[in-house]
Amino acid sequence: MEGDIAQLGQFIGAGLAGIGSGAAAIGVGHVGGNYLAGALRNPSAAASQTATLFIGIAFAEALGIFSFLVALLLMFAV
Amino acid sequence: MATEAHEEGTGLVFHPLDQFIVKPLFGDGPIHWYTITNATLWMALSVVAIVALFVLGSRGRAIIPTRTQSIGELIYGFTYKMVEDVAGKDAIKFFPYVLTLFMFVLFSNYLGLLPMSFATTSHIAVTAVLAMAVFLTVTIVGFVKNGSKFLGLFWVSSAPLALRPILAVIELISYFVRPVSHSIRLGGNIMAGHAVMKVFAGFAAVAVISPVSVGAISAIYGLEMLVAGVQAYVFTILTCVYLKDALHPGH
Repeated sequence: MEGDIAQLGQFIGAGLAGIGSGAAAIGVGHVGGNYLAGALRNPSAAASQTATLFIGIAFAEALGIFSFLVALLLMFAV
Repeated sequence: MATEAHEEGTGLVFHPLDQFIVKPLFGDGPIHWYTITNATLWMALSVVAIVALFVLGSRGRAIIPTRTQSIGELIYGFTYKMVEDVAGKDAIKFFPYVLTLFMFVLFSNYLGLLPMSFATTSHIAVTAVLAMAVFLTVTIVGFVKNGSKFLGLFWVSSAPLALRPILAVIELISYFVRPVSHSIRLGGNIMAGHAVMKVFAGFAAVAVISPVSVGAISAIYGLEMLVAGVQAYVFTILTCVYLKDALHPGH
């Protein structure tokens, strides 16, 4: 039982930052699912929109990576 | 994720981030800017691999391409079409830059996936330089090409007049966050993937769950193969999107 209250806060904060990864997963799933729904309705327009799909996924994913980075900073850098 | 649990008693030791330590190749003195480190080695290797692919591929200029030539032509055509489609016809003069970025990021990602290698793109220092170069290029090109009209990017003329100052602030912030998110997206993705693999590798020491662990490492390795390609693609296509903003500001 070593450590102090600041370390406790670090670990709790890093764990809370993990929620952000889950939220980003929801976002990426939303983008992918809606793309598939649209693509199945109009398959001829699907191929031209893959670039947009990847940009959307990248934007959603970046915020999850930010929370992962916050967790890493809390664990190792603070 | 990446927790560092030191449990010497059970033999379960995680050092998921130790793989990203930059070490000098020869001896172990202090690291200066000219010191040849493992990062330098793997970046040089990726450059050598790219040059080898394109030089060997374009040497024959055969009508019926060899395998190397086909791969080179495929990548060239893919990137060319991407620049043309996303950034527009007049962005073709930036095609060499975009192809260089794409090839470097792609080869660094894939070489980083080799066992015992060093993932250079997992370092924010590497990706931040690439992203800052893109950001500066885009800003300078925007001002040179459009002059003060480039500021129209922040003044959303399709919005109601009362909203425009607020939108200008938001657009300005989102413009300056671009290099940050551009670099952290690539670096964070690669770093997270490698750290997860190392965490599962730590579980392999326990005999009971080691088959599960080996299976999980294989699965995540497959996922990382996908992520390495997709992240290189995303990095490049965002460069094209930013170039489009610089060449055609206004919404």
